[in-house]
Amino acid sequence: MATTYFTEDHEWLRVEGGVATVGITDYAQEQLGDLVFVELPEVGKALSKGDAAVVVESVKAASDVYAPADGEITEVNDKLSSDPALVNSSAAGDGWLWKMKLADESQLEGLMDEAGYKAMIG
Amino acid sequence: MTDTGELFQLPLKDLHEAAGARFGGFAGWSMPITYPLGVLKEHLHTREKAGLFDISHMKLFLVTGSQAAAALARACPLDPAALNEGQSKYTFFLNDEAGILDDLIVTRLGAERFMVVANAGNAAADEKHLKQVAASFDCTVEPLERVFLALQGPAAEGALSKAGLDLSALTFMHGLEPREGWFASRSGYTGEDGFEIALPWAEAKAFAEALLADENVEWIGLAARDSLRLEAGLCLHGQDITSETTPVDAGLMWAIAKPLRENGSFIGADALRAALAAGPRRKRVGLKPEGRQPVRAGADLFDGDGNPAGSVTSGGFGPSAGFPVAMGYVPAALAAPGSRLFAEVRGNRVPIEIHPLPFTQHRYRKG
Repeated sequence: MATTYFTEDHEWLRVEGGVATVGITDYAQEQLGDLVFVELPEVGKALSKGDAAVVVESVKAASDVYAPADGEITEVNDKLSSDPALVNSSAAGDGWLWKMKLADESQLEGLMDEAGYKAMIG
Repeated sequence: MTDTGELFQLPLKDLHEAAGARFGGFAGWSMPITYPLGVLKEHLHTREKAGLFDISHMKLFLVTGSQAAAALARACPLDPAALNEGQSKYTFFLNDEAGILDDLIVTRLGAERFMVVANAGNAAADEKHLKQVAASFDCTVEPLERVFLALQGPAAEGALSKAGLDLSALTFMHGLEPREGWFASRSGYTGEDGFEIALPWAEAKAFAEALLADENVEWIGLAARDSLRLEAGLCLHGQDITSETTPVDAGLMWAIAKPLRENGSFIGADALRAALAAGPRRKRVGLKPEGRQPVRAGADLFDGDGNPAGSVTSGGFGPSAGFPVAMGYVPAALAAPGSRLFAEVRGNRVPIEIHPLPFTQHRYRKG
């Protein structure tokens, strides 16, 4: 059973068996507007919590997406190379960004659940 | 998101809010950046149908008097006396070093009557400058309080006509005063056929609503205004041209008639002649990044050997072009279309090619 967490930086993490799938929230994609490019990292890259992991670019601007926890990238969503707009159309689904093996699941404590995140964005 | 507390508010703010605009600060104004359509669709809609832009942040100056033409001939590298009534010209305020203080459009409305349209970011400085120049001449400079709308795209003429303003007889870069307190010109900042219309506040809401009643017309925000003008190869003052850039470097000498280059006595004339004699050290060019990754303003450029080769002054994604587009300055020797350079983006060197401007063909109605 996967558990979904949310960060203050408008990311979601779906965690199952020590692996987190990470994306940005629907609220975040709406704020960014139409994405035209997603810069994906290399599989195998080690991330520390707070590192800029992915860059999403809209027509207007580039924005960093930060690693929500320590870990190693196990997979990236290659579909975004040809279709970055998947993040707009399906932020919580097909528009996921990367998967990572978590180094320390205790770092997830303190992240929000969906109700908490919805309360934050108001 | 952005603190809009100390920004000027548009007279039609309520209309933009009702349309679901997302606002942001630009040149001291709280401006609609996007509407619910989103920047990509707003951009494409403008090229396919008609986009309505609120550009009331821009400044209009009415210059009148027996020496109005002479005052403008001093302030701008322009021969206003040679303009036909109704004719508009793209021109500049230059400083003594021939640096571009602002780019403008001047329209002759009568024998002693001219309209100057200036950028929002320079409005206060422009007013001071123009009034200072005009003080030596028999003329008055009157800054106007107007709502200023741009309607751009192939359906613009028809939509205006439906809203009761038939400007079909106007050709590109011509303007007139269709009603008391109004000013309209066939011009714009998108590369499309279109119009800019200044009108009194009291009449603006009804007029905008009449335009929007046409299904071809949508509000378009500043984000798409920027991608449209960049595809069209048009400069944004403060980015692509500044007080540090001369019209020679910027490739804008087409805006300055040959006799004026030789004999004009406008501010900056001597420096401009010197710059022209020396030739451009650098050139403004279009830039097309390879692949899908946009290259943004501020990115440094390098040649194949890793030597510095200028920088990007505007960059983003071109929705109509279908690829990233940019503009910048490179050494004159590297400015030929097809030359390959590299742009530094987040520590990586991305290949980027000199591309002819505009990226999308202009579709002006030249008559």
